[in-house]
Amino acid sequence: MTVQLDARPPVAPAPGSHRQSSGRLSRLDTRLSPYLYIAPFFLLFAVFGAYPLVYTFWVSLHDWDLLGTDHPFVGAENYTQLLADVDFWHAVVNTLGIFVISTVPQLLAALWLANLLNRGLRARTGWRMAVLVPNVTSTAAVAIVFGVLFGREFGMINWLLDLVGLDPIAWKSDRVASWVAISAMVDWRWTGYNALILLAAMQAIPRDLYEAAAIDGANRVRQFWSITVPLLKPTIIFCVIVATIGGLQLFTEPRLFHSGTNPIRGGPLRESQTVTMYMFENAFAPHYNFGYGSAVAWLLFALIAIVAAVNVLVLRRLGGGPGTKKGAAR
Amino acid sequence: MSRLWRASPLTYLALVAAAGMSIFPIWWMFVVASRSSDAMGQLPPPITPGGNLGANISRLFDNTDAYFLTGLINSTIVAGTVTVSVVFFASLAGFAFAKLRFRGRNALLLVVIATMMVPTQLGVIPLYMLMTRLNWNDRLPAVIVPALVTGFGVFMMRQYAGQAVSDELIEAARMDGCGTARTFLHVVLPALRPAAAVLGLLTFMTTWNDFLWPYAVLNDPANPTVQLSLRALSDGYYQDMSQVFTGTAIATLPLLLVFVLFGRQIIGGIMEGAVKA
Repeated sequence: MTVQLDARPPVAPAPGSHRQSSGRLSRLDTRLSPYLYIAPFFLLFAVFGAYPLVYTFWVSLHDWDLLGTDHPFVGAENYTQLLADVDFWHAVVNTLGIFVISTVPQLLAALWLANLLNRGLRARTGWRMAVLVPNVTSTAAVAIVFGVLFGREFGMINWLLDLVGLDPIAWKSDRVASWVAISAMVDWRWTGYNALILLAAMQAIPRDLYEAAAIDGANRVRQFWSITVPLLKPTIIFCVIVATIGGLQLFTEPRLFHSGTNPIRGGPLRESQTVTMYMFENAFAPHYNFGYGSAVAWLLFALIAIVAAVNVLVLRRLGGGPGTKKGAAR
Repeated sequence: MSRLWRASPLTYLALVAAAGMSIFPIWWMFVVASRSSDAMGQLPPPITPGGNLGANISRLFDNTDAYFLTGLINSTIVAGTVTVSVVFFASLAGFAFAKLRFRGRNALLLVVIATMMVPTQLGVIPLYMLMTRLNWNDRLPAVIVPALVTGFGVFMMRQYAGQAVSDELIEAARMDGCGTARTFLHVVLPALRPAAAVLGLLTFMTTWNDFLWPYAVLNDPANPTVQLSLRALSDGYYQDMSQVFTGTAIATLPLLLVFVLFGRQIIGGIMEGAVKA
């Protein structure tokens, strides 16, 4: 992701354009207004965004719960306890499992879909809307609907499996199967969205590159992997980072996929409890253990940073040196 | 246009399949919402609407566990307020970043961009403690106030203001004696309208959909957002699926309406944002 900062000099008030009496007021206006205008964002973000995040770390160093009147400092105790917590690691594995199962097919499908949409289509907007519509639906609603689609006895998916002669799958009580079902939900929502992002980047690739490649005898598949994909690399990295940040914090889908008793556990044996759900279970009902929950939050934060960094490093290495072909295209 | 870019029948076939998979769960949601509760146990599952929608709706609104009407009203208030606020403050800050000169401008803009990458959801615990102190637990300000600004909004409006508002226009307003505030209100804000509309739509949809934070802070079942009403329906001891699906359908309907009316602008916003970001 590159950001172009505007280097042009902004407008300064032309000298002499104001009456003398309002001159000082006007100068004050020019000097202070910008800060006044950006202040609401920074103030509100500081109070409700940055402060809670930082304070989470402070809380995580204490034995702190909702009802306790004092909350003694315990140092790293929450963390050491957490690192030995089987349920926590179980949730980490679940989260990573769902993340991998959902993200890889999602981005491949999005690439393919973007490639389809990047042709001279009739009813262009209609197709784009059709692939984007899952993204605008209510997440909670979709989680409930998919929970029924993947139901054991009367679910449509098992019925379809039965039609082709396969045994029904226990989508909610088998660990890996529940990952697959939740991944299906995530992919259903995000594939079209990513396809449009990739499509936008594809349209920025100069056509003459393809024409030159065609003259050199490269067929369409070859062109796709040798021109399109390398040039899309910055956008793909962007999509992967966004998917990492969102995917590792997955909550609504697995939470509402399960119903009945203790759904915050993601199934009776925590089959699909994600780390965010585990944080929630500890920090809010039933335990209200703020200190321990905060430690979960910070380890999740670390996990997101590590996975994002690994993804970027791996993607940079794939498909040739970074920036070589990009330079040629711009 | 070269032959390479022409769409073959196979392209259309693949797109029909993709579009079908996109639309089917939504369609099916409306099908179940319009049928009686025994539609759930039927195999093959019904895929055409029935005539039970009215009855399901009235049962849904009569359900004393879900507070569905309260949920709808609350979500409208929350999403409406947040949308107006995000659009206004983002336009204001975006204008300042794009068109005004001040010390630290680029550094502060980088801070704005960095906030987009921070998983603020991980701060829910202190946020909850803060709300307890403000005595906002179980009340709508708890979900409205933290959402009043977004870094994404500021960045988006800044990008748009940079290209849509010409320096000459601002200069002309100043010549006419407009201060910065009047310039913003009468000259800049109207010029930002297209991007403001897209930002407003995206913000409305995100806020309407929000689940984790309302779930954490609005614990009073009698005062939910619509997504929390859905949770109550879904977790209910006795599940009447046609009623649950009527709820999910009604909760999705405003989003679908917005999308059908403004889909072109939303797609444009997403794709332009992608190129610039």
